[in-house]
Amino acid sequence: MKYVDEYREKRPAQRLAEEIARSVTRPWTIMEVCGGQTHAIVKNGLDQLLPPEITLVHGPGCPVCVTPVELIDKAIAIASRPEAILCSFGDMLRVPGSSRDLFAAKSSGADVRIVYSPLVALQVARDNPGREVVFFAVGFETTAPANALAVYQARNEKLSNFSLLVSHVLVPPAMEAILSSPGNRVQGFLAAGHVCTVMGASEYELIASRHQVPIVITGFEPVDILAGILMCVRQLESRCSRVENQYSRVVRQEGNPRAQEIIREVFRVTDRKWRGIGEIPRSGLGLSDEYAEFDAERRFNLGDTSVEESAECLSGLVLQGLKKPSECPAFGTRCTPEHPLGATMVSSEGACAAYYRYRR
Amino acid sequence: MCLAVPGRVESIRGEDPLTRAAKVSFGGALKEVNLAFVPEAEVGDYVLVHVGCALARIDPEEAERIFQLLEDLEEPATEDHA
Ligand code: SF4
Repeated sequence: MKYVDEYREKRPAQRLAEEIARSVTRPWTIMEVCGGQTHAIVKNGLDQLLPPEITLVHGPGCPVCVTPVELIDKAIAIASRPEAILCSFGDMLRVPGSSRDLFAAKSSGADVRIVYSPLVALQVARDNPGREVVFFAVGFETTAPANALAVYQARNEKLSNFSLLVSHVLVPPAMEAILSSPGNRVQGFLAAGHVCTVMGASEYELIASRHQVPIVITGFEPVDILAGILMCVRQLESRCSRVENQYSRVVRQEGNPRAQEIIREVFRVTDRKWRGIGEIPRSGLGLSDEYAEFDAERRFNLGDTSVEESAECLSGLVLQGLKKPSECPAFGTRCTPEHPLGATMVSSEGACAAYYRYRR
Repeated sequence: MCLAVPGRVESIRGEDPLTRAAKVSFGGALKEVNLAFVPEAEVGDYVLVHVGCALARIDPEEAERIFQLLEDLEEPATEDHA
């Protein structure tokens, strides 16, 4: 496929790795923010191409991993109602709730449907006027425009049986939280290219100058990631802390203004709890007052609950780059993709799943 | 989850800016994709698609840049990498 295959070729990847080795003079720790990048790194062994001075740590950019356990429980509660159809991205089904997952709810008769787009869930609502169709809207800024568009269209069409269970999170506040934590060891970032496709670079410029860290907006293929690391290393070596754009074939400085507009129309910024990490102020999106009628938590009158996480799971530390998955005592023994203790072992972007799948 | 995939716009239908949609080919497999966020997209363009919506038009010139950079690296005489 064009714009994919050429960025997966071995020769340019090797050349970039050599150039990184030539540019580096001392140890540096770089975080790739997005779980999609983590998977590409582990799958393609990119970390093993790097000189020993470079340590990559894996970031919190896995929406499935950071969706709070309480919201999984709420999704299960909604799905268990006879009038409801719960539509979700497939990744969410195996994420452990406090007592079971959505997959188990589906097996015991709940109408849970896997969809690849919120617009498909919207169509399910049009096709089932007698049922309540709820879309489990998880995601970062990348996914927010599509989810917002589904609600916007529902309102235009006066569709009264469609709503969202929202668990939207924002990347820049999480990067701030990581940089401000006392144990932080991140010196440079590869920022998530698809988040920036929507939001642009300006939020990152504030972070780069406030914390004196280089931030390179980076794509997802091996050549992209190695080029991003090279740009980051060159900045670190010359004590720069700018925002650079490796992924310029899709990321514009200003992002996508139309996508931002619909996010602003439908959502508002709220405090959010991140699974394993805790509450981060102003780090998520919820439906704005004008769209409150499309909020499934209100529609189904789901009260606030608080659930204790498995004490064994270190996913919060993994998601903040403080521990590697293989450092977790449960990794690969009591915790596997078949019997996960934490969401990072389930998600196709979770760091624990990547380490397990590619045998680290 | 933030997986987004490039594909080629094969045909476009609809006038309404919110529901304008394309048939996009991903290595031969066709999918329906909403174009609300990339009104500039035309048949033959490549777009980046995430959960059923196109998020950006891929810029062919920018896509070449990394390979130009690599060619410059291939020249051993070049000392300046800036
Ligand atoms: S290996 Fe399992 S228990 Fe350990 S941090 Fe990862 S998800 Fe949690």
